Amino acid sequence: MKKALFPALALALIYGCASTPTTETKPAEQASPATPPAAPPSSAVQPIQPGTVQGESLKEGTLAKRSVYYDLDKYDIKAEFRPLLQAHGKYLAEHRNAKMLVQGNCDERGSREYNIALGQRRSEGVKRMLVLMGASDSQVEPVSLGEEKPRCTEHAEGCWSQNRRSDMLYGGEY
Amino acid sequence: MRRLAMLAAALLVLAGPARAQLTIEIIGGGANQIPVAVLPFAAENVLPQSITEIVEQDLSRSGRFRTLFVGGISPVSDMKDVNFADWKSRLADALVIGQASRLPDGRFDVRFRLLDVQKQVQLGGFAYTLTAAQVRLTAHKIADFIYEKLTGERGVFSTRIAYVVKQGSRFELRVADADGQNAQAILISQEPIMSPVWSPDGTRMAYVSFQNKKPILFVQSLSASRQPAPVAAYRGSNSAPGWSPDAKTLAAVLTRDGTSQIYLMNPDGSNLRKLTSSTTGAIDTEPFFTPDGQSIYFTSDRGGSPQIYRMAASGGEPMRITFDGDYNVSPRVSPDGKTLAYISRVNGRFQLMAMDLENRQTQALTEGPRDESPTFAPNGRIILYASDVDGRGVLYAVSSDGRFKQRLGVLAADIREPAWGPFMGN
Repeated sequence: MKKALFPALALALIYGCASTPTTETKPAEQASPATPPAAPPSSAVQPIQPGTVQGESLKEGTLAKRSVYYDLDKYDIKAEFRPLLQAHGKYLAEHRNAKMLVQGNCDERGSREYNIALGQRRSEGVKRMLVLMGASDSQVEPVSLGEEKPRCTEHAEGCWSQNRRSDMLYGGEY
Repeated sequence: MRRLAMLAAALLVLAGPARAQLTIEIIGGGANQIPVAVLPFAAENVLPQSITEIVEQDLSRSGRFRTLFVGGISPVSDMKDVNFADWKSRLADALVIGQASRLPDGRFDVRFRLLDVQKQVQLGGFAYTLTAAQVRLTAHKIADFIYEKLTGERGVFSTRIAYVVKQGSRFELRVADADGQNAQAILISQEPIMSPVWSPDGTRMAYVSFQNKKPILFVQSLSASRQPAPVAAYRGSNSAPGWSPDAKTLAAVLTRDGTSQIYLMNPDGSNLRKLTSSTTGAIDTEPFFTPDGQSIYFTSDRGGSPQIYRMAASGGEPMRITFDGDYNVSPRVSPDGKTLAYISRVNGRFQLMAMDLENRQTQALTEGPRDESPTFAPNGRIILYASDVDGRGVLYAVSSDGRFKQRLGVLAADIREPAWGPFMGN
């Protein structure tokens, strides 16, 4: 039992433990460039922060966008989100130490357990596309939150559409 | 190791009283109620609380009885002192009399008799020796005894229910007596908890926790002071636990291979084996063992929409059970194996259905619109399920014929995911 569980548990603990009340980044879990270029003191260029490369920060621009939305009962990636996944896939390809957790969500309607499975379909779909875009299989774990962590709770499509969603989280963010 | 400690510290496993009372109100009438009078027991005031009050409340809350007003009537403990003609004129079918006394060792003796008013005979009686802490449980046993003698069915007043309470960002898995008293939190978390399922002997609970930001399966003893290690924390999501009646097997849904499939394992997580293997991408979930342990009912969308199937617990080809409509989920088989309760979406409303497994007739027990997570009482007579009212999560209990209804709630909190515990050996 312990042999089978340990790798998964270790993985879970790494993800779980990465979540701390503080917002410190953890360079070991986010890919950092091998040697960030040091800015010369007289230069006007800002020193590069961990987690960035070539000016691309996970906190700015395209890479700061982390959510894919779905139509009712669907889990395929709509065309409008492909550039986003391409950007994240590329980031993962270029930062082999980076890890990502993809959390699939559903709107509130229906069985909670069936919604866990639907949410998983969504996150698996995101993972598949990220891998197509360059990520390696071991970098991305797809999981589901089902309907358990909704962004809103109204019983209406305006809210439901917000909850039909996959979120991408990098190591240090969960 | 420090990180592990931090994770553990983020959760509290308490065996302490929960904050807010679980309230139970009758909202739908019962038909054919048996009129019964519960007289205060002689010398009942030696007990720390009134035992007959609890018996009365149990009986009337069940919807099967109409308890007659007995105010001002002197306690009587001997049958020869009963004025049967008087009780007949008050239209009582049955009368409960009894007495209490304090024993030299500090415990109490409580004995009662259940009398048939028409025939003027004793239907039964019992004597209990109890500590002060056992007054409530003894009252529930007396109510069970009365219930069984007068209805022919086993009472569930001595059983417990589990449920999840959400208050703001705080989640608690609680266990309370069937009357809502004595609620204890067995897990407190800042992340959601779902799918609590009692072990058949009522000593353990399987549940799904999102404490690691993904669903992970635990099996925890009710007397545990710390959360144990998870039994399933594989790649992806781990959820939907179900116990075999012999308690030797836990069914669960894992996504290790990329799709939600049903696995079997020992309750400690060892001996993992895959049970279902539907076509690529299909979802199989919500496994539920039949009472004889031979079959498993489950939800699958292998046919294109979520429907209920049954397969042998030893594996094999599943057989489809539901055919009406395009959404039938959450199968639960009654303790006598004859009825399937499940949730059906009809015109956009999620409602509780019951299917006679012999003739396949179905009946809607509720109207929805957002009913979910049904659980049978161990006597099969009541189904507890979750719903919402005015934006607040509540539980409802409905009799298996759909006629009698109660609402259970916790003030200023959402309550969800009920699980009715088993009969206990004592």
